Amino acid sequence: MTVTATHEGPVRPTKSAAEVAADATQRDIRNCWLLCAPALIVLLCAASGPLAIMLMYSFLKAGDYGGVLWTFSTEGWFSVFVQRDIFDETLSLADAHVSIFWRSLKLSILTTLLALCLGFPTAYFIAMRPLQTRNLWLFLITIPFWTNLLIRTFAIMEMIRNHGIINSLLKSIGVIDEPIQMLFTDFSVMLGMTYVYLPLMVLPIYASMEKFDFRLVEAGYDLYASRFRVLRRIIIPLVKPGIIAGSILVFVPSLGAYVTPRVLGGGKRMMLGNLIELQFGQGRNWPLGAALSITLLVIVMAALLIYVRSVQRRDGGHG
Amino acid sequence: MNSAKGGPAAVQALNVSKVFGEGDSAVVALDNVSVNIRQNEFFTLLGPSGCGKTTLLRLIAGFDHPSNGAILLEGEDISGLPPYQRPVNTVFQSYALFPHMTVAGNIAFGLEMLGKSKPEIDATVTDMLRLVQMEELKDRQTSQISGGQQQRVALARALAPHPKVLLLDEPLSALDLKLRKEMQIELKRLQHETGITFIFVTHDQEEALTMSDRIAVMSAGNILQVGTPRDIYDHPAERFVANFIGETNFFQAELVSVKKGAGKIKLASGKTITATVPDGLVANGHITAVVRPEHARIVEPGASSTLVGTLENIVYFGTDTHFHVALGGEEAFIVRMQNARDDAGKFSTGMNVGITIDANAAQVLRD
Ligand SMILES: Nc1ncnc2c1ncn2[C@@H]1O[C@H](COP(=O)(O)OP(=O)(O)OP(=O)(O)O)[C@@H](O)[C@H]1O
Ligand SMILES: [Mg+2]
Repeated sequence: MTVTATHEGPVRPTKSAAEVAADATQRDIRNCWLLCAPALIVLLCAASGPLAIMLMYSFLKAGDYGGVLWTFSTEGWFSVFVQRDIFDETLSLADAHVSIFWRSLKLSILTTLLALCLGFPTAYFIAMRPLQTRNLWLFLITIPFWTNLLIRTFAIMEMIRNHGIINSLLKSIGVIDEPIQMLFTDFSVMLGMTYVYLPLMVLPIYASMEKFDFRLVEAGYDLYASRFRVLRRIIIPLVKPGIIAGSILVFVPSLGAYVTPRVLGGGKRMMLGNLIELQFGQGRNWPLGAALSITLLVIVMAALLIYVRSVQRRDGGHG
Repeated sequence: MNSAKGGPAAVQALNVSKVFGEGDSAVVALDNVSVNIRQNEFFTLLGPSGCGKTTLLRLIAGFDHPSNGAILLEGEDISGLPPYQRPVNTVFQSYALFPHMTVAGNIAFGLEMLGKSKPEIDATVTDMLRLVQMEELKDRQTSQISGGQQQRVALARALAPHPKVLLLDEPLSALDLKLRKEMQIELKRLQHETGITFIFVTHDQEEALTMSDRIAVMSAGNILQVGTPRDIYDHPAERFVANFIGETNFFQAELVSVKKGAGKIKLASGKTITATVPDGLVANGHITAVVRPEHARIVEPGASSTLVGTLENIVYFGTDTHFHVALGGEEAFIVRMQNARDDAGKFSTGMNVGITIDANAAQVLRD
């Protein structure tokens, strides 16, 4: 009955449903941009902007006392990979750079693996504690974060140096006669980085594990899976997001680490971070430093891409 | 008690106790429980919340170990075996399906762990999918199927390795009534088709009565009575059992004589009727007896009636009518009678009525 009444009534200039919808979408889009603005500004000023500046610097000429001269040059990029002999100007592969790249990559991967091997059981242990004590354990794990990085690094130095705690102890109980050279080696750098970044591995894995339903473990045992198989087939696949996040969080800062290799590597065991610092400091070669920084970024991206891809592919296997 | 008759034992619990915690906070979840579960039987553990049903199941599965006593599987002590070495599978109350695997992946898991060959696994998985009517959904992720379907997958997953015993911990409690009824029938069918011993846990007495070959009624860590649904319903030996299952009338009487489980009891009215008496009870005076409401009849007061009282209330239920008769005790005696076409208005509240009790319908309680 009401239907016929409107049908015969005067035609009012109302908007059609489609028009109303279109208006709404436009308004939505406008609102969306407004709401995104703070994030966009931060991204622009803090991430893309500096990156663009770095990219620009890498294509300029180095100033004699640091800084850059505003002339285009590919010298910076050139010297990332190639070095020119000081005497006869012959070109050769930049061995020093390559070995530093290689050491950085190697130590970062080893650090990540070591942190995973230590962090996974730790996170598991915490997740198995009764609810009341879990926060205490988490707090203990994060305590090192409350202390200055430099101090922590010196503490490790004190532990492993030739007349440090470990060597003195081993010597006093007669295991060794001569102190073991641990400081200023790749080992000490790796040890230091593992110690420093371990919480970054533990926390995301713990977060995954906390959500994990441990009744699934019993279901696994019930279906004839041994402890090891329950770990491999049930626990690890389900806490994988935490493992991935933790690995990334450890690997990325390891690759660019600066303080730890500087102190524990003693300048001889340089990593990328130190090399870059050198160019901006004593080396007075800002374009090279900028180019190295961007190279570091590319390596990180590539490594992450490979890692995530390989993890996902293995995931697909089980269906 | 029931170990002598019936088929060979699938699972035996011998004087099993389970205590959680220590000292003051210790909880006795099972108190010296012995039970004998036969092969190919649908055995139900029935009891109220917290009586130890899950605990007994977990001891059989191997997730927990008895504080005392032993669990035997087909005559062999398995108390020392971890769960992954016991040919026993569980359908968990929460289903506990693996969320990172498909329906088929879940069902295949146990077979893979047993090291079966790929063709064998595929064949069994297909069989199982057909058995629980889930063929179409085999590639779905377990999070993308309904509760009832998850239930079926859990069942198929536990049945796939063809265990000797299947443990089911309240598997139907999360389902709505209609689905629940369907699954009850389906479970019964599966048990029949597979011939596997089912140990089923529930706190729903109706479910227990309709599905089981035998029922064990549990209370506070003890098994009070084991028997067929008929046994348990018609001849409850303990007050708790009589109370827990169905509606019952309790009344005081005197045990006059006993002969091979059949006895004569004298009621307050002075009449003597026949009753079933549990083992080991001798004629020594005062006892409590029970009668199911449907085993009694309302009659005109007279010579034939065993009890006499005032009709307090008449509740009409369609197929039958409940008569509440005050006998002078605290609680009214309830009589349930099927409705016939012509008995409308025969009795009315306030009337003096008689009650007769069917022959052998009365059961004497042990306590
Ligand atoms: N891990 C445990 N620690 C301490 N007490 C426990 C533990 N598991 C069970 N209990 C106690 O043991 C008793 C029996 O528990 P159980 O889970 O077997 O009961 P149930 O019959 O399965 O009950 P419901 O029907 O509620 O599932 C309860 O009092 C319970 O509180
Ligand atoms: Mg339970």
